[in-house]
Amino acid sequence: MTTTHPGNAGGDQPVDLDDPDLSRFDIVRAGAREDDIEIVHYEPQVVPGSKAERRLSRTVALFFLLTGASATAFLAIYIWWPWEYELGYGGDKWYTPLLGVTLGVSLLGIGFGILTWGKKLLPKEVSVQDRHEGEVNERDRTVTAQTMLYMADELGVKRRPLLGVSLLAGLAPVGAVAAAPLVGGLISQPHKNNQMFTTGFAPTEGGQKVRLVREDGRPIRPADISAGGQITVFPGIDHGVSNKYADSPALLIHLRDADAQEAREANVRIGHDDFMWGNFAAYSKICTHAGCPASLYEQQTNRLLCPCHQSQFLITDNAKPIFGPASRRLPQLPIVVDDEGYFVATSDYTETVGPDFWERP
Amino acid sequence: MKRRKFEMAAVPGNVARGVDDRFQVATPLRRLLNKVFPDHWSFLLGEIALFSFVILLLTGVFLTFFYEPAMTEVLYNGSYAPLRGTPMSAAYASSLDITFDVRGGLIMRQMHHWAALLFMAAIVVHMLRVFFTGAFRKPREANWIIGSLLFWVGFLAGFTGYSLPDDGLSGTGLRIASGIMLSIPVIGSWLTSSIFDGEFPGTIIISRFYIAHVLLIPGLLLALIGAHLGLVFKQKHTQWPGPGRTNDNVVGERMFPRYALKQGGFFMVVFGVVALMAGLFQINPIWLFGPYEAWVVSAASQPDWYVMFLDGSTRLMPAWEIYIPIGDGYVIPPLFWPTVVLPGVLVGMSVLYPFIEARRLKDYRHHNLLQRPRDVPARSGLGAMAVTFYLVLALSGANDVIADKFNISLNAMTWGGRIGLLLLPPLAYYVTYRICLGLQQHDREVLAHGVETGIIRRLPDGRFVEVHQPLHREDGELEYVGWVVPKKMNRLGALGPAIRGFFYPIEKPAEAPVSPAPPVDSETERSEITSGERR
Repeated sequence: MTTTHPGNAGGDQPVDLDDPDLSRFDIVRAGAREDDIEIVHYEPQVVPGSKAERRLSRTVALFFLLTGASATAFLAIYIWWPWEYELGYGGDKWYTPLLGVTLGVSLLGIGFGILTWGKKLLPKEVSVQDRHEGEVNERDRTVTAQTMLYMADELGVKRRPLLGVSLLAGLAPVGAVAAAPLVGGLISQPHKNNQMFTTGFAPTEGGQKVRLVREDGRPIRPADISAGGQITVFPGIDHGVSNKYADSPALLIHLRDADAQEAREANVRIGHDDFMWGNFAAYSKICTHAGCPASLYEQQTNRLLCPCHQSQFLITDNAKPIFGPASRRLPQLPIVVDDEGYFVATSDYTETVGPDFWERP
Repeated sequence: MKRRKFEMAAVPGNVARGVDDRFQVATPLRRLLNKVFPDHWSFLLGEIALFSFVILLLTGVFLTFFYEPAMTEVLYNGSYAPLRGTPMSAAYASSLDITFDVRGGLIMRQMHHWAALLFMAAIVVHMLRVFFTGAFRKPREANWIIGSLLFWVGFLAGFTGYSLPDDGLSGTGLRIASGIMLSIPVIGSWLTSSIFDGEFPGTIIISRFYIAHVLLIPGLLLALIGAHLGLVFKQKHTQWPGPGRTNDNVVGERMFPRYALKQGGFFMVVFGVVALMAGLFQINPIWLFGPYEAWVVSAASQPDWYVMFLDGSTRLMPAWEIYIPIGDGYVIPPLFWPTVVLPGVLVGMSVLYPFIEARRLKDYRHHNLLQRPRDVPARSGLGAMAVTFYLVLALSGANDVIADKFNISLNAMTWGGRIGLLLLPPLAYYVTYRICLGLQQHDREVLAHGVETGIIRRLPDGRFVEVHQPLHREDGELEYVGWVVPKKMNRLGALGPAIRGFFYPIEKPAEAPVSPAPPVDSETERSEITSGERR
């Protein structure tokens, strides 16, 4: 059997595959030439049977055996090590690190074993392959282009314009049909029940004012918060303390006398005359920038800081943003103390709570 | 009846013949086995991303067996005592179960998370390599675009993924994401309401993120990665210039066996490193964050690293609200610019860059040889500018932590970031440009005047001069060919062999830092391999 090499880059002699003198490498080299690859340099890195070869083989074998040992250790640990979580410093805290180390070592063992084998024991070679990308076959281009144009001719769209127009007119609604269930199913009216402008503090349908409650649901008396203190409050309604009313939480702050006076004056300036009760003021906890809870209150400066993007709001000036990316003050919750001595919201927030959006004003 | 003797040795040959009879694979298989790949350490960066992706698929499938994508409220009753009895979503409870009640669940979760971080990091570093060496030039613009998209799709995969546990930290991230969507002019509230099915957080977002994270996004990633690799294969890899390397050939190793072995070994090493990190370094300890509650957040709430630059841009943005006085009035919140417009601009710039550069240089030729960053100072400068811009933003994303640890005013950090974002990138451009020119200059100088020998000679008139070893014959001249110029005498083999070895010396000269290239010792081989033009 003889292979021939029409148009071979090297222009060398055809190789007779039955030639008994031909080594396997000769065939490989001849095959590579058929793919326009010339093996120009091929050099064993170790002499067969040499000390270096034996040493490298031992190294590779060691890596593989290490893998085996480590993987076995992994299995043993996985099965027998106490893994169930216990409070405190138990052996279970070592479970994941031990699994990681044994798994990691076993994988690294295979990795380095293979790498050593490939990089050190296999012959080094340099091969050169032609790219052939500069050779543009103009003939093929022309033929393909003409074939495609002929397809258009066969369809005859140009001669029969009605077909094209009617096809487009027919397909456009089909495309819309494909999109309709997706859009129609997902779309949701954002202003259903005026949800973007109301919170859990809106008075109930009977006109009942909503109480301010703690996280555990208990209502709050003025005496519960010392001057300079603050507490997160929720609407005292069903599920009021949950993510269902994610926009509702407010910060109830007991200001010191001087600060309270300042805050009251600021309130009056914007027509929020009776929003405070005594020295108490409540502001939405939801940042008007991106919606994180603005929850770091600095007593000394009366600033409220949002830890997400560092917007700072001055509580004594209607929670006006004084630093950072927020552009709108925190809405104030108008509060009063009811007959039983508990805080209630006289109405919902009078401004929109949470991050800004296009149609907010 | 006499049974025919069964010859074991003939089985592989017979099977191979049978297969080839039916599928005619011998020729394409030979082409595949023979394909030549150039080799350089910087070509392995993209592979780290590929291998991380494989790890992500493996560990991710494991996690789906135990994760419950539901926001139904449950009372936690698992092994982690501090949270027992706490109301939380089923998603968070099942994430805790993976951590504490599934044997080996924690290491799988941590491998998944570390592999995700590594995936994104490898993509970024690989992208920098491609950019700075000009590997994106014609004919590889399409692959550059696919790569840029891979970053953003990976970004989405990461974000949807770390939102799934529904813990305190990821819920805050989700809240910010809803704020970002809300900020889009005109359609913001409709978009948010449609995605969350009503007001934030609603009850369905986790289920939707789940299907996006385990099916839609991985499917897209798989398709893009397939196209990316297919194009590398079809267009053949770029190579560094060097002896025998031209724009029309590929000098390297055939794919099998050595190159493939090295790839396989490298995969195992990446896998092993991820396993070690997952075992030894804690990542995303969701049990410490508690369930997501809209009113709880702690200081130092940072997203995963690849999101941090957008967090930084959000922090640095001044409170510039645009009010449009039509009808009841409309607003464009300041949040819109750093989180929607900026990423859009970044995508546009990266996608268009190859075409902009080609147009500016009027260079529409094919380029298969890479460029050293010093040889293209303008591009390297732009790259340095982009990296600096990115670093300022990423650091600003952690400015509260930096302010806290280094006792700096938080507001000063913000202002430092704002000013730095405007001043540092142009500065980086200028400095990089000058460094590139300096390095070029030095290469030319060595080519013209030779290598410094360190020998100082005193001339008869008392002057001192340093002796240089020229790299060419006296009347010759050497042209710069875009590759490493030897700058030390031992790179020329002039000094004795460097002595290496820890316990005993291994007499072996230091190798010049060039990857395999054909030897140029014999005249016949030289003429055979240097056909075609030198760049």
